[in-house]
Amino acid sequence: MSDYITMIIDDREVKARRGEKLLWVALDNDIYIPHLCAIKEEKRPNASCRLCFVEIEGHNQPVTACTREVEEGMVVATRSSRVDRLVKTGFELLLSDHNLKCRECPANKNCSLQVIAKKRGLKLKHHRFNPLKREFKLDDSPAEFAFDRSRCVLCGQCTWADRFEAEVGAIGFTNRGIDRVVTTFNDLPLADSICTECKLCVDACPVGALYYKKDQNA
Amino acid sequence: MSKSDPQSIYENIKREARLRVESRQEKPLIMVGTATCGVAAGAMQVKEDFAREIDDKGLDAEVIEVGCIGHCYAEPLAIIAKPGFPPVCYGNLDDGLVHRLVEDFLAGDDPSYEYAMAALERNDEFPTFEDFPRGVYEEKLILEHCGYADFSKIESYVARDGYSALAKALSEDPKLVLEEVKEANLRGRGGAGFPAGKKWEACLNNGKDEIYVICNGDEGDPGAFMDRSVLESDPHLVLEGMILCAYAVGAKQGYLYIRAEYPRAVEHVRKAIEQARTKGFLGSSILGTNFSFDLEVFQGSGAFICGEATALVNSMEGRTGMPESRPPRLVQQGFRGKPTVLNNVKTFAYVPLIINKGAEWFKSIGTPESPGTAVFSLVGKINNTGLVEVPMGTTLRQLIEEVGDGLPEGSQFKAVQIGGPSGGCLPESALDVPIDFDSLHEAGAIMGSGGLVVMDQEDCMVAVARFFLEFTQNESCGKCTFCRLGTKHMLDILTDITRGEGDLETLEHLKELSEDVRDGSLCNLGRTAPNPVLTTLRYFYDEYKAHVEEGRCPALVCRDLILYYIKPAKCSKLCNVCVGSCPTEAIYTRDDGLKAIDQEKCVKCDNCRKACPTEYDAVLRLSPPVLPGEKERKAK
Repeated sequence: MSDYITMIIDDREVKARRGEKLLWVALDNDIYIPHLCAIKEEKRPNASCRLCFVEIEGHNQPVTACTREVEEGMVVATRSSRVDRLVKTGFELLLSDHNLKCRECPANKNCSLQVIAKKRGLKLKHHRFNPLKREFKLDDSPAEFAFDRSRCVLCGQCTWADRFEAEVGAIGFTNRGIDRVVTTFNDLPLADSICTECKLCVDACPVGALYYKKDQNA
Repeated sequence: MSKSDPQSIYENIKREARLRVESRQEKPLIMVGTATCGVAAGAMQVKEDFAREIDDKGLDAEVIEVGCIGHCYAEPLAIIAKPGFPPVCYGNLDDGLVHRLVEDFLAGDDPSYEYAMAALERNDEFPTFEDFPRGVYEEKLILEHCGYADFSKIESYVARDGYSALAKALSEDPKLVLEEVKEANLRGRGGAGFPAGKKWEACLNNGKDEIYVICNGDEGDPGAFMDRSVLESDPHLVLEGMILCAYAVGAKQGYLYIRAEYPRAVEHVRKAIEQARTKGFLGSSILGTNFSFDLEVFQGSGAFICGEATALVNSMEGRTGMPESRPPRLVQQGFRGKPTVLNNVKTFAYVPLIINKGAEWFKSIGTPESPGTAVFSLVGKINNTGLVEVPMGTTLRQLIEEVGDGLPEGSQFKAVQIGGPSGGCLPESALDVPIDFDSLHEAGAIMGSGGLVVMDQEDCMVAVARFFLEFTQNESCGKCTFCRLGTKHMLDILTDITRGEGDLETLEHLKELSEDVRDGSLCNLGRTAPNPVLTTLRYFYDEYKAHVEEGRCPALVCRDLILYYIKPAKCSKLCNVCVGSCPTEAIYTRDDGLKAIDQEKCVKCDNCRKACPTEYDAVLRLSPPVLPGEKERKAK
């Protein structure tokens, strides 16, 4: 059995390593699929942001590209009315719980949500869903960076960087359901936790929830 | 045959067990139903009362605890087996009735049939449960001995051929167990109905070194208590099923995942495991063979989501109980990364019966696609609440009208909710749907774990959908976007509708969001959470419409859309009852002596309506919340 397979994504023939996940194959070939939570090194994908839906021939439902291993002869379409509908709803749901003051955000023009909006023609506005009214305390205890949970999309990029790149384990997910947040053990300010302020988590954050104070606009 | 083959070893154990059981039958035996349902109704007090009365009279009789016979509406109940009489079951027991039964039946010879529910054996004097309509439709396979046998003693299980299926299987090739279960087309009773045999086979093929067998006893649907009852009332049946499965797939270790909210089930199962080990049905070299398997109880900590397979495994491995994307499936990579068979309590309970009586027998019950029986907990507006077991293919109408003895007087059937928070609400027109995995799915509901709630004209379908959604939203683990945020927005929209806010567009919006949550969520909690909303929208759209278009709740349930009004023409000057019942002093006496409600103070607690004597029935609920006078004024 060869290590490589041939498949079709959006009418294009693509070669890929057997066993690789569809999302990365597409991205490596400059075919865009929206995503927030996917981490290439992670063996079992998080599959929690639910934005990377695609259609695969032979499947009667859109599937998430991050969880799907490529196969010989697989035929994939990254767009369809069903895919677009799910992505739109998922995206709007995330926005309903996201601080949309982009102009004040340090990640403005460097934000994954803005990329998704641009690529998929979606608006960065509250449209169908009323914004959830929630109050989060800003954690600006670290010397060079801060954590604003009102922008957090719970993608898990920071916790991965903290645990597997920095190997510190200062932050993680806590609480359940709508109250799920990223925080430190016992909800301490970052500076009082075991955080080493290595800032790998800041670099990993796709949306400006973790940001450098020097980039602050407001 | 050598003396050390499993059959002979088993026969010896059985002989001993029979002797012990028979010796107990020489004196009167009082079996008090002390499953959780019985205990909640006061069974422990009844047991004490029996013991005290028997002691006072100096009688020689034994009082023991048994599980639940399924007639929960009549708890606390007990079965009296006195030599020379058929065993008789008595319900709604209290100290007075216990006194009388001991005096007349145990000391005397009068079984007091006027207080009896039914006899358990055919006789010339009193009907048995089988003689009632419920008994005609019911076919008890896994519930057969629940509530009729001493769950605390393994000999009561062995004496009725318990573990004989294991002895039989151990004398043969493990493949035969698998073949029999596959041939029987036993479908998983956890809700989805996946064929158990296929699951086992996949596991067997994937397992090179280690395989685990896990029993899912994390039953968490509101209103469902089938698994609890089986675990509490007949734990050895489940254990035997698991051991047979382990033998078929070659597992050495298994676990029963039981939620901590079921302390009695945990206690009974732990005791049963101890006993099974002592007798050699569990542990190393089971029944003298070289097959070894052991079981342990793992207690869940109360998260509904842990009934989901991957979340259950995460929780057992010490991680947060949250689901993972599948594949890999559990049969490929389950507990500790090894292939794992995870089946529901009831699924395992069928296995010993199938091995003993054969796949053909099993397939002769139920429908070709869904053989066997279905166990339901009947609750809601129905006369006979409780646990029932009927062949698959029985219609909902038969189940509600015959087995459950219909709705109480004055109640008009409106909907039946099947499958708990993941299930759907079906209307009158769907009552002739046969109960099996596929037909229910087609109708928009699911078999689910088997909760069945009957609703009448006083249940608001919007409020019902909101109730179930509030449950799932609360139980969402928060991992994925659609379930975490989608169910929250669905709940907010439903709350608005119960307040009369919104329009037809809101309903369309709710439907679209529900469909997207169904299609977009990571696990089955999110994927099925919209079912109650989608089915009520499909079958009871007019009721939703009345809420948003007219500000009216047809069932008079949604508080923001009703007001309380005392109709002067019906009220009496001579009566004051409602005034005293009001907790907020909202009711006052008018100049003419009749009563009226100060709407500003009224909190709509319903006390006055309940308090108003039936001969007046003067307190009305009006929806939309407009007083009669106001309406006329507005009309002008």
